[in-house]
Amino acid sequence: MVLNTQDQQLIALIQGGLPLSSRPYAELGAQLDMPEETVIQRIHALQEDGIIKRMGIVVRHHELGYTANAMVVWDVPDIRVQQVGEALGRHACVTLCYQRPRRLPDWPYNLFCMIHGKDRGRVLNYIDSLVETEALQDISHEVLFSGRRFKQRGARYL
Amino acid sequence: MDATDRAIINRLQHGFPICEYPYRQVAAELDIDEQELINRLQTMLEDKRLSRFGPMYHAERMGGGLSLCAMSIPQNDFDEVVEKINAFPEVAHNYAREHSLNMWFVLATDTPERIQGVLQEIEESTGYPVYNMPKKQEFFIGLHFAL
Repeated sequence: MVLNTQDQQLIALIQGGLPLSSRPYAELGAQLDMPEETVIQRIHALQEDGIIKRMGIVVRHHELGYTANAMVVWDVPDIRVQQVGEALGRHACVTLCYQRPRRLPDWPYNLFCMIHGKDRGRVLNYIDSLVETEALQDISHEVLFSGRRFKQRGARYL
Repeated sequence: MDATDRAIINRLQHGFPICEYPYRQVAAELDIDEQELINRLQTMLEDKRLSRFGPMYHAERMGGGLSLCAMSIPQNDFDEVVEKINAFPEVAHNYAREHSLNMWFVLATDTPERIQGVLQEIEESTGYPVYNMPKKQEFFIGLHFAL
C-alpha cells in the first residue's frame, strides 16, 4: 500500500502518542486541518490495512514487576519448526514466537520465543513445563535472560 | 498501582476505540470518570510505567525494515559499544543478555534495504561483527501482561 500525504502526516503526528483530551481525534484534526470524521475514518482504514496493528498502550514490563525476561532459543529441525512454533505460541507464558535464520557455526538456533515473569524461578518453571508438555526433550535450547536494558522505545517512522 | 490502574492497563493493551469520545467509552467500561481515566494515563506515562500510548505500526507494511541483531562484545568494551549503538536512531530496543552473544538489539529502518547499510555502519563504528536475524515466520505475537 502506498501512503498518501494525508496519511503520512497523520502517522507522523500520532506516533508520538494520542492527545490526552476528551476528543483526541478532533484535536489531531485541528492540527492537520482535517475534520475529526476524516481522522477517525483514516485511522480505521490504516488499521484495516494492517499498517496500524492496534491502538493502545505499551507497558514497560520491568516497571510493572515483570523483571525476569528470557529469550528462549531452540534448535528445531526445519521439518518440525512449523509445528513446534505453533505449539509454543499457544502457551500463555509465551509472549512472542518467531522463526529466524541460524547463523552457523556460532548460532544454531532457529526458533525464538520470549517469556516474561515476575522472577527467574517462575520463568524457568514455565520453560520446564513447555519442554514437558510439547515433548521437546530432544531439542536443544538455551535461555538468555536479559540484563541491563539500554533502550526501549517504539520504532519511529517518517 | 491500585486496582483501577491495573484495570486500565489490562484493558488498553487490547486496543483503544477510534470514535468521537474514546476515553468516555473506555471509562464507562471500567466504571470510572472520563477525566479520571485521562489523569491516570497521564500519570502512568509520566512515571514511565507505560512507554507509549498510541498506534503500534506494522513496520513491514509501512514499507520499513525490521530485524533482530546480536553481537558479542568483551566486557571491557561493552559500555562504549552500547553508547555507539544507541546513537543510531534506527536502534529501537537494546538489551544485554547472558550469553557469548551478549548484546541484542532491534533495528527498524525506513526501507528493508537500509538494514544492511546500518549493520555495516555499526560494524565499522564498533569494530565488531553483527549477527543479523530477521524474522522468517511469525507464530505468535501477543505481548500482553496480565496484572
